[in-house]
Amino acid sequence: MLNISEVFETTNMIEHDNLDVRTVTMGISLFDCISTDVDKTCRLIEAKLLKYAGNLARTCDQMSAEFGIPIVNKRISVTPISVVGASCCKSPEDYVKICMTLDRVREKLGLSFLGGFSAIVSKGMTASDRMLIEAIPEALAKTDLVCASVNVGSTKTGINMDAVKLMGETIKKAAEATKDNNCMACAKLVVLCNAPDDNPFMAGAFLGITQPDAVINVGVSGPGVVKAALDKCHGEDFQVLCDTIKKTAFKITRVGQMIAQEAAKRLNVPFGIIDLSLAPTPAIGDSVADIIEAMGIEKCGAPGTTAALALLNDQVKKGGVMASSYVGGLSGAFIPVSEDAGMIAAAECGALTIEKLEAMTCVCSVGLDMIAIPGDTTAATISGIIADEAAIGMINQKTTAVRIMPVVGKTVGDSIELGGLLGRAPIMKVNNYSCEEFISRSGSIPAPIHSFKN
Amino acid sequence: MEKTVITIVGKDTTGIIAKSSTWLYQHNVNILDIAQTIVGGIFNMMMIVDTANMTVTYEEFSKSMKSLAEEIGVDIRCQKEQIFDMMHRI
Repeated sequence: MLNISEVFETTNMIEHDNLDVRTVTMGISLFDCISTDVDKTCRLIEAKLLKYAGNLARTCDQMSAEFGIPIVNKRISVTPISVVGASCCKSPEDYVKICMTLDRVREKLGLSFLGGFSAIVSKGMTASDRMLIEAIPEALAKTDLVCASVNVGSTKTGINMDAVKLMGETIKKAAEATKDNNCMACAKLVVLCNAPDDNPFMAGAFLGITQPDAVINVGVSGPGVVKAALDKCHGEDFQVLCDTIKKTAFKITRVGQMIAQEAAKRLNVPFGIIDLSLAPTPAIGDSVADIIEAMGIEKCGAPGTTAALALLNDQVKKGGVMASSYVGGLSGAFIPVSEDAGMIAAAECGALTIEKLEAMTCVCSVGLDMIAIPGDTTAATISGIIADEAAIGMINQKTTAVRIMPVVGKTVGDSIELGGLLGRAPIMKVNNYSCEEFISRSGSIPAPIHSFKN
Repeated sequence: MEKTVITIVGKDTTGIIAKSSTWLYQHNVNILDIAQTIVGGIFNMMMIVDTANMTVTYEEFSKSMKSLAEEIGVDIRCQKEQIFDMMHRI
């Protein structure tokens, strides 16, 4: 039988340390919606999403009430739209039409995000991939909560530098298209390398072609819980530090596992994976930067930060894999600057720079995330930043990503208020020496030597 | 058996157990275990109950507990037992 201290440990995690299930994401394959007519494809997409996800929001709310744990986001990820639209989209406008359908259905279903307005172009681009990418600025400007992602490289294929160049330009256009709305389109657009097929987190979620017709993937969270546990072990050695993180990660993940299994059962859709990510929110006490600081770093970004983050990331995985047999997605600590109160403070006081963040992305999941930069940053410089991150991912066989916002009319010292879970982004300084000539070369960077494993 | 854990936290006052257990009795909810502590005047109680034969839906049960909480002036949470089992038992 449970004892009172265990029960109150759990309720305190929920009540005081912001423990929640960050997202229940239903992956839905849209392969059977492919047709030669864009209006027909839109109709088929709507019918399929309504059929599978009709009860998603309600089921999550019910589970949340019964188990007493908040489920913050209910989302859908779909087959990359560049594949679904390949035979019916004759122009970027046709892709915009599909994107608007996705957003309309999402709203009807009462869901917080839909991901998968995506193209996978790690080796090369089809005409349809290129059209989708060209449609991104308008599509994201005309919709509320659809996310777009483009995978520009992988360890197996190398980096498609033509796509990297195009994405630098696309991000600039996306910022311009939403300049009256804090360049919001850029917050919904991510450029990835080694993108996973089963990621439940935005903006990079899509349902890869390896996946079943429908699947439930769950992202757990809980930086506040880890921080609260670490607050009790100041002065202890590394073994105690590691054990504390592992135990906490285990507990957090078990809650995610329970919700995932229960959601799969109630929605009659197979369970896919648990994503073991520590995802911060702008709420006080829900910050990854605070965890790093609780380990003994004065300000996130100071020397020692990368090592602390590496330790955190590894222990979260070690604790989490014991709690669930099917772990996937991104699984690690997220470091989105605008969504993390500790990161914002560190960036504002000068402790945290883009260069340090780049180093941190070598040892944690994902990459340069939710970073606002001056609006006059050139497309080539943004492409250079993307290429650097993609190279880190390609060489280290990990997922990396860039979600960056060149905020029109703003410069270092300003900040933008994005609201809600997206938080507030201080404009960060970018190294402005040119990489124009490098980015303008056409073609791709070949796959690294260690990709030849056969 | 469908076990739910009810936790009650708040300033110690008369009638907390009486009022909550009366509601449970009236709606055919069986109390399996009760434990409580008082730390610094703050009342912490957990009750493990069986809701298998409850005469109302789970939603109504949660709602009633919430209004009872307001009436007494404490916090009451109802959570199915699995969340605790999953977290604390391997």
